[in-house]
Amino acid sequence: MSNKTIATPIREELINLYQNNLDLITRGSADILNQHRQEALKHFNLLDIPSQKNENYKYSKIEPLFNYEYEKYFAPKRIAFNVDDIFRCGIPELDTHLALVLNGFYLPKGEKLITLPNGLIFGSLAEAAVRFPNLVKDRYNSLAKNQTDGLVAMNTAFAQDGVFIYVPRNVVESKPIQIINLLMSDTNQMVQYRNLIVVEDGAQTNVLVCDHTLSPNRFLSNVVTEVFVGSNAQLEFVKMQNEHNDSAQLTHTYAHQQADSRLVTNVLSLHGGFIRNNLAVTLAGEGADAQLYGLYLTDRTQHTDNFTFIDHAVPNCTSNELYKGILDDQATGAFNGKIMVRRDAQKTQAYQSNNNLLLTADARMNTKPQLEIYADDVKCSHGATVGQLDMEALFYMRARGIGEREAKLLLMFGFAHDVIKRISIDTLRERIDDMVNKRLRGELSRCHNCPMHCC
Amino acid sequence: MLTIKDLHAKINDKEILKGINLEVKAGEIHAIMGPNGSGKSTLASVLTGRELVEVTHGSVTFNGKDLLEMAPEIRAREGIFLSFQYPIEIPGVSMVNFMKAAVNEHRKYRGLEPLSASDFLKMMRERKELVEIDSALTNRSVNEGFSGGEKKKNEIFQMAMLEPKLAILDETDSGLDIDALRVVANGVNKLKRPDNTVIVITHYQRLLDYIVPDYVHVLYNGRIVKSAGKELALELEEKGYDWIKKGDNA
Repeated sequence: MSNKTIATPIREELINLYQNNLDLITRGSADILNQHRQEALKHFNLLDIPSQKNENYKYSKIEPLFNYEYEKYFAPKRIAFNVDDIFRCGIPELDTHLALVLNGFYLPKGEKLITLPNGLIFGSLAEAAVRFPNLVKDRYNSLAKNQTDGLVAMNTAFAQDGVFIYVPRNVVESKPIQIINLLMSDTNQMVQYRNLIVVEDGAQTNVLVCDHTLSPNRFLSNVVTEVFVGSNAQLEFVKMQNEHNDSAQLTHTYAHQQADSRLVTNVLSLHGGFIRNNLAVTLAGEGADAQLYGLYLTDRTQHTDNFTFIDHAVPNCTSNELYKGILDDQATGAFNGKIMVRRDAQKTQAYQSNNNLLLTADARMNTKPQLEIYADDVKCSHGATVGQLDMEALFYMRARGIGEREAKLLLMFGFAHDVIKRISIDTLRERIDDMVNKRLRGELSRCHNCPMHCC
Repeated sequence: MLTIKDLHAKINDKEILKGINLEVKAGEIHAIMGPNGSGKSTLASVLTGRELVEVTHGSVTFNGKDLLEMAPEIRAREGIFLSFQYPIEIPGVSMVNFMKAAVNEHRKYRGLEPLSASDFLKMMRERKELVEIDSALTNRSVNEGFSGGEKKKNEIFQMAMLEPKLAILDETDSGLDIDALRVVANGVNKLKRPDNTVIVITHYQRLLDYIVPDYVHVLYNGRIVKSAGKELALELEEKGYDWIKKGDNA
């Protein structure tokens, strides 16, 4: 490591942007968020945008994403039309509590925060920080690793709003909370927002996050989400990324689990130009269980990189990880699965697998399991495969009269369903099955149900 | 129905079939027997269009059409069915989706509408009974975790679903106990109609106790060296293949 810091133009530009707009940034946010900005900016100044020399970003070129001109807004931009007119979620049977985020700002339909009769609160994070400081203060920015990742530090410096979800003690909410992130602009745009999800002891909920682009401009999103799962609490977190080829999405999700809690994450990257998902889970209480699933379908020159980190900090926790990908054309991908078993984290059970199908000779996948085990009474395993469609299976299907294309689709769909089947909500699972089917058939090259056909 | 003329084929530059001639008419049952390595499975591969095998000479016509020009799926839709010696496991693809895709492709080829979900499931139920296959098996992925016997029963179940004109049973008896053998053979017999044809490829006579052939051919060293009625199978069972190997290659 060199002590010399050579300011890159990108970093200087961003720091100048911050300093010139500090008034706007803080005014459009809340004290709790503002208190962390200076410190975060210092970290960003030291860390910069990660280069490929950074081992954690070895397979993803982040810097070039910042070489485009982007507009950055520090207040919600007025839009001249009703979002409902052009966007309708394509999951009609799915009854959800809906939270819309437009270009990084919570888009209220009336109230900025909604409190359900059972006490569940959801809505704008900035608003929650003002109205419920006790729920936000100690948690906000307590998980995010500003000290080690320049992108996270940059988010903390800039983020003004996002979604806040609070499920009180012992509240079981069966209706999923759906966050729809919409990107829409008449210029290229960079957005940085922040989500905070708190599931208190004994509470249960499902959160579904959908990311969409609604205009053909170039977008860069840099999003941090912090998730707290209390003792005996359960959270299923499904994220569906469906953006166009000129979009870049950098996500950083940090989850913290207490004793006997259960977290299921399912990250479905259906479409997107460049996707990097960081997901870090800390199993901090005995008996906690984390299930991490992921599916990425890429073609053309798309790139998807999933970087996961599971920290078994205490004994008797379990984790299971399954990520699968199908890469077509010249698509590239990466998976990094780090599992840390701390000293004394005895009786840990941790399983990980990453399976990839390459449909062409030009598609590339880098997969890297990384187990660090400092306890001696544990069960851990990992496996990674990169292969092609099974030719014997293809012939078998063709010998039954199924055409080659259809046979390939059935095989790919079967491969992908292995991940989708872990989604517990029936209507959502069926809908995603359908979307994946369309995606594999090449019928989802534009964002679903959007009349703008931006790619 | 099927006419094979002077068929030569090789795998990786090694000639396996060295001039096969065979005429199979509708309604007949033919058995092809022969020692290991004589070319029986290669013949089945040629008929179903496996790319591994390269045809170097000769012709195969099926109902007047040039079979060798057709892709494997077209042959299947034209009515050729191979019961695989080693059925393939396809994790993640359910039996229901697999069969639905196959049945509907066959229907499309004949200009018919796809079956409705309920008609399809009814058909599945009926055909399952015909071959005495456990209902639970068809709720799983194709052949995944099936026992050897279950895999073979599943082949006959697929045959029942697709109603081929020509069924080729490639060593369907291998790995089967007597009970499973009887179930498989009964299934084949129940599916037999005056207008369809079965070619049974086997080492042993025992399957032919249940599926009684009209003709028995002995394949040896890439050629059919002897053809006769069903009594030939018994003779082979008694004497082995040595007398064929030593005899003339007529």
